[in-house]
Amino acid sequence: MKKPDLKSLDLATLWRGLTRPDPAGTDRVVPPTGFTAQLTVFSAAAMAFLAVFALALALATGRLAERWSTELAQTVTVRIAAPENQLDEQTATVMEVLKTTPGIAEARLLPDSEVEQLLEPWFGPDVPVEALPVPRLIEVTEDRDGFDAEALRLRLQGEAPGAVLDDHTRWRQPLVSAATRLRVLGLFSLLLIAAASGAMITLAAKAALAANGQVIRVLRLIGARDITIATAFVRRFTRRAAMGSVAGMVLGMAAIWALPSVDQAGGFLTGLGFHGWGWLWPLLIPLCAAGIGFVATRWAALKMLREVR
Amino acid sequence: MQNLSFGYSGNDPLLADMSLTLQPGSFHFLTGPSGAGKTTFLRLCYADLLPTAGRMTAFGQDVRGLSRDGIAALRRRVGVVHQDTQFLDHLPVAENIALPLIVSGQQVDMAALGDLLAWVQLSGHARARPPELSGGERQRAALARAVIMSPDLILADEPTGNLDWDMSMRLLQLLIELNRSGKAVLIATHDLNLIRAAKQQVQARVLRIAGKRLQLAGADL
Repeated sequence: MKKPDLKSLDLATLWRGLTRPDPAGTDRVVPPTGFTAQLTVFSAAAMAFLAVFALALALATGRLAERWSTELAQTVTVRIAAPENQLDEQTATVMEVLKTTPGIAEARLLPDSEVEQLLEPWFGPDVPVEALPVPRLIEVTEDRDGFDAEALRLRLQGEAPGAVLDDHTRWRQPLVSAATRLRVLGLFSLLLIAAASGAMITLAAKAALAANGQVIRVLRLIGARDITIATAFVRRFTRRAAMGSVAGMVLGMAAIWALPSVDQAGGFLTGLGFHGWGWLWPLLIPLCAAGIGFVATRWAALKMLREVR
Repeated sequence: MQNLSFGYSGNDPLLADMSLTLQPGSFHFLTGPSGAGKTTFLRLCYADLLPTAGRMTAFGQDVRGLSRDGIAALRRRVGVVHQDTQFLDHLPVAENIALPLIVSGQQVDMAALGDLLAWVQLSGHARARPPELSGGERQRAALARAVIMSPDLILADEPTGNLDWDMSMRLLQLLIELNRSGKAVLIATHDLNLIRAAKQQVQARVLRIAGKRLQLAGADL
C-alpha cells in the first residue's frame, strides 16, 4: 500500500481549524477523556509554575552578572592600612597620586558612615568604627579610557607603602562567572521544561488517540477528513495546555510577588523576581505551552491517522 | 470495477477477476457462503481496501489515485450500513445519525433530522445512547445515518443478520423506498427469504460470490 498523504494536516490549515469557532460541534465527536484531560491540565500548570521560577532566575542572574560586570569594569578600591600616625599622611599622598593618574575620573574617600554601612552586615548596627583598626577606603572610578593598574600599583607602593590597589577582579570575577552560568542554567531549565511539557502532552495525546482508535475509525468510515479528526484532538489538547499553563503562571507570579523584597532581604542579591516590564515575560509561557500542545498533538495525530485508512 | 482481484496475503486472492457496474437506481443483492468475501467486496466499494489487481472506479475516479481527502469525499457519497453498526457510544442516537453532517461541517437541520428519526421509527430514542438500543433499532439507526447525506449509493452488510422477520421486512421496506427515490442499493446477505421478498417489489439483480468470482444468480431464487 502506498504511503498515505496527509497534506490537509499542514500547520496553516490546522491552525485555521483551531482558531475557527466550532458551531457544528465537531469537537463533541471525540469522547471526553477525564483522566488524560486532568493530567494534561495539571502537567501544564506544574510546568508553567516551574517555568516562571526558571525565567525569574534567568532574569535575576542576568541582572546580577550585568551589574557586577559593569561595576567590575568601572570601579576599583584603594585600601590604606598604615600605623595611625601615618594614616592621614598616606591618605593624602594616595589622593594626590590618584588625582594625577591619567584614566581616573574620580577618587572619593569613603566617610566613616559609609564604612560603617559596609561593616554592618558583619558587626551589626552602631559599629564603633573609630575604635577599630579599620583601613581607609578610597573608591576610584575610571574614565572611558581606563588607567594602567600595574603602573598605579607600583607608584602607590613607592609613595604610600600602606596602600593596596584592589581592582576587585579576584573576588568578583568568579561571582560574575557564576551568575552568568546560573543565567545559562535558567535558560536551559526553560528549554528542558518546554521539552518535558511537549513530551507529557504528546504522551497524553497519544493515549487519548489510542483510546479513541475505534472513534477515529468510525469517523473515517463516515467520510471525516483527517483535518476534522485531528482538529478535534488538537483543539482540545491545545486548550488544556493553555488553561493549565495560565493557572500555573498566575500561581508562579503570585509566589514570586510574595517573595521578600530586595531591601528586606538585605540587598545581597538583586532579588529573585521581575522588575518593571519584566513582569510581562511570564505572559509568554501560556502562549508557548499552547504552541507546544498544538505541535505535540498534531504530531501524535499524524502518527495515529497514518495507521487508519 | 473491472477485472478486480483482492487478497489479504500476496499469492492467494480472496476475490478474483470481478467486473461489475452499479448504475444509479439499481438494486443488487450480493450472496455467498460465510467467508466468501462479501464484506471484503463492500469494503472495496467504499475504498476501505484497495484492489491488488484490476481497476476500481467510483463516481468516475480511480480509487487508487484518490488522496485521503478524496477517499473521505467518496465516503460521503456512499452510505454504509455496517454489520456491526459502528456507532460512537458517547453520543446520543440523534447525534450519531447526524454525524456525517457534523464531520463535514454542515449545519444539522433539526426538523429534517426529526423526520429521518420518524422514518426509521426512532423518534422516541433520539436521546438514547446506542448501547441502549435493541439490534433492530441499531440497524435502523445505522440506515438513517447512511442516508442522511443523501448518498448516491447505499451499501448494507448483512443488515438483517440479527433481526427477526418483521423487523427485517421493515428495514427492507426502508431500503426499497430509498431505491425508488433513485439511490443505487447493494445488500450483502445470505438470507434468501429476504431476497425473495425484495424481488416481489423491485427489479433486483442477485450476485453471488463463488469460487472467488462474481456470478450472476437469480434463476434459482
